[in-house]
Amino acid sequence: MIKNSVIAYGVVSRALHWMSALTVFFLFGLGLYMVDLSYYDAWYKSAPDLHRSIGLCLFLITLVRMAWRRISPPPAPIGRHDWELKIAHVVHLLLIGLLLLTLLAGYLISTADGRGISVFGLFELPALLPAEKGREEWSGTLHQVGAWSLIGLVVLHVLAALKHHWIDRDETLRRMLGLKLKTSDEAESDADR
Amino acid sequence: MSVIFKQALGFAAGVCLAGAAMADTYKIDTQGAHAFIQFKISHLGYSWLLGRFNQFDGTIQYDEAKPEASSVEVEINTSSVDSNHAERDKHLRSDDFLAVDKFPKATFKSAKVMLKDDGKAEIIGTLTLRGVSKEIVIDAERIGGGADPWGGYRQGFMGTTHFALKDFGIPMDLGPASQNVEMFLSLEGIKQ
Repeated sequence: MIKNSVIAYGVVSRALHWMSALTVFFLFGLGLYMVDLSYYDAWYKSAPDLHRSIGLCLFLITLVRMAWRRISPPPAPIGRHDWELKIAHVVHLLLIGLLLLTLLAGYLISTADGRGISVFGLFELPALLPAEKGREEWSGTLHQVGAWSLIGLVVLHVLAALKHHWIDRDETLRRMLGLKLKTSDEAESDADR
Repeated sequence: MSVIFKQALGFAAGVCLAGAAMADTYKIDTQGAHAFIQFKISHLGYSWLLGRFNQFDGTIQYDEAKPEASSVEVEINTSSVDSNHAERDKHLRSDDFLAVDKFPKATFKSAKVMLKDDGKAEIIGTLTLRGVSKEIVIDAERIGGGADPWGGYRQGFMGTTHFALKDFGIPMDLGPASQNVEMFLSLEGIKQ
């Protein structure tokens, strides 16, 4: 199943979701690690280069994710209460918002002096905005606050998924993992949306 | 010549001499940017990295007849550090280097000017950087001075000094070739 159905996630949505998750964790860890490296550390130059390059990949993944959501809307949310669904919706919006904010802020730091970003040493992502004195400072703060807020919200998101899985014993986590659903026969027969 | 006239002449001469012996105050021309505070530090021992502070202020007390009585005071806005690379400047402003949030100003205040035989001078004074005050010596030289074409009067000086990053508590270790930073100052003052 490529596309999402009314009750299940297709392979594209699942792949995009877990790729984003892994990349966010990796970039967060790499970001924390690279700012404390000593000058003569072998990673002092390559870690930030990698961080910026993978950041662009995550931005592209995020764009594809948002486009795919239009092409193939996600299955209906699972929840027992109205407030639960509302909070889930707000958290999902904030997750994507903070992700985009952090990515863009990172780009603004690296391009503050008009230099482009070398992506894996293969090509240069140009600085689209003119150089601006001091932009690296406020966009740096935004990048840092954005990243920590995002991770905080991810923790909430994970706890909520585990709550669905262990307490509510519903399909929320299973269907994002692509595990066989209790109602999988219906899901298979359900035409792709 | 009457006694009174002689006395008056003597008094006038005295006033003139006293006036000449008094140092003039020159405001460092940061407004017109005829003043530069630059630094130079080795990169890996392979090349020089150059940077500067864009914002500072100061005054020079200078007496042409008695240069050893001169003095200088400079206050630098540390967050104006500029090495022509935004990410590096951000790092230079951080706690690894200048910690500009905690120490927004660096100052130099001269205590003594020692003239040398070659007409140059050593300015001994206190540099306060990153909250640490230490005595440094600036090798200084007057380049020139006189009337400017716009009705003012100027004096220009240059100076060099160097110190270890560690001496002022800068924690980042840039490697064995980069323990010391050299400073180059080119300061033009306008007589007030």
